[in-house]
Order: sequence, then C-alpha cells, then structure tokens
Amino acid sequence: MIPLEHVIGLSAILFAIGVVGVLVRRNVIVVLMSIELMLNAVNLAFVGFNRAWPGSEGAPSLDGQVFVLMVIAVAAAEVAVGLGIVISMFRNRDSVDLEEASLLRW
Amino acid sequence: MSFAAILFYLFGALAVLFALSMLLNVHNTVAGALSLVVTMVSLAAIYVLLEAHFVAAIQIMVYAGAIVVLFLFVVMLLNLRDDDFAPGRQRLVRVAGALVGVFALAQFLRWLAPGLPELPAVPAGFGGHRAVGIALYTDYVLLVELIALLLLAAIVGALVLAKRKLDS
Repeated sequence: MIPLEHVIGLSAILFAIGVVGVLVRRNVIVVLMSIELMLNAVNLAFVGFNRAWPGSEGAPSLDGQVFVLMVIAVAAAEVAVGLGIVISMFRNRDSVDLEEASLLRW
Repeated sequence: MSFAAILFYLFGALAVLFALSMLLNVHNTVAGALSLVVTMVSLAAIYVLLEAHFVAAIQIMVYAGAIVVLFLFVVMLLNLRDDDFAPGRQRLVRVAGALVGVFALAQFLRWLAPGLPELPAVPAGFGGHRAVGIALYTDYVLLVELIALLLLAAIVGALVLAKRKLDS
C-alpha cells in the first residue's frame, strides 16, 4: 500500500525543483521545462487525491483524472505558444538568455 | 512493504533524480530535455500504481511523445552553444531562488505530516479508458469543447509567432 503522504510529498519535491528552476536558470527553454515539471507535480497530486477518494462501486468518481487531462492539454498549448515566442525572440536578439529579454518592446 | 510501494519509491526516486539533473545541467539543453523524458515516464509509472491507467497512457503520449520532442526541435533549431550562458546570474539571485524553493518545500512537508487517509479499494473499472471517457463526455463535455477551442487558438498563435515575415 502506498501512503498518500508520500505521493503528495513527492509532488511537493518535484514542484519545488520546478520553482527553483524558474527562479535560478537563465535559459528560456529550461525555464519552460521547469514550468512543465511544476504542472506534472500538480498532476501527481491530482491523481493521488483522486485515488484516495475513488467513489463507490458502479459510480467511480474521476474528477481528479479529468482535471489531469485538462492540465495536460493546457500544458501542450502553453508549450506551443511559449516555444513560438522563444523562436521569435531568438530571431530578434540572437539569444535565449532571460537577462537580455528585459524590455517589453523590440 | 508491498511490491507496489517498492515500485513507487523506485520511480519516485528516479523522477526526483532526473528532475534535479535537468535543473543542474547548465551545459547541455538537449540532455536536460532527455532528463525530463525520464521524469515524465517515471510519473506515468506512478500513475499506473495509483490506478490511473488512461492518464498514464496519455502522459507518455503527450508529454514524452509530443511536448519534449517539441522542446528538442526548438533546441536543435536554435543551435545553442555552451558559452552562451557562461557568466552566471548574480550569486544572490541563485541562492535566494534555491532558498525560496527549499523553504516552501519544508513548510509544506511539515504541514502535511498527519491527517491523510489510507488509500481505499477502488471500484471496478476505475481509471480505465471507459470510465474516464464516460466522465469526459457526460459531466465534463463543456470543458472538452473549451479545450478544443484553446488548442485551436494555440495552434494559430504559435504559427503567427514563429513564422518568418512574408514581406521581408
């Protein structure tokens, strides 16, 4: 039997790694990957809590897993737009360094 | 300790290890993306252990199969070199970022310790494609339509952002 505390603890550890990645790294692509890691940590918490309250026989309650699917779809959309922005940023300033992207124009 | 619990700790350790490797690998973005794949697959294995089989399959297909491949394409398209990021961000920012993460994590784990229920037995068909499909297309059908709209908008947005200017 897997303890639910450890599932949520693992989710918290992964989320913290993602937060540190966003705050510390300068490469825009790595920052986007860290955001993906945070979304995955939240998904793990959703799946864990859904496993803890699975509904009754004949009427399973799957709200958490449906939310995970929605988060995955939103993550895919976010990556597509985010990487589009990265490409146009690279075209305009020949770099993906966040320190150089401090102006709102050009 | 049951076999499922051993597998859970194994894949959990794998996920954390490769997430850290993505975070700490400052020289090679491609290796970082591949580390992310290992983390995603480990999480999919944990989803199976938590009886979320359909979500696990979608996790592998969408994350490991599509999103990380997109990352790899962009990394290779931009042809980044190691020395692009050579002089580090100010030390203060790094230390502060790491401290914020560790502090938030410690607080959360301390708060978490007691009070969560044991995992109960699951009803038949829980987490399979049939049950999830029924939930998606009855209770959550509006959400599915909205996600379809969002994905369409994202495709158009990505095309507009990433295409070259036609008149230049």
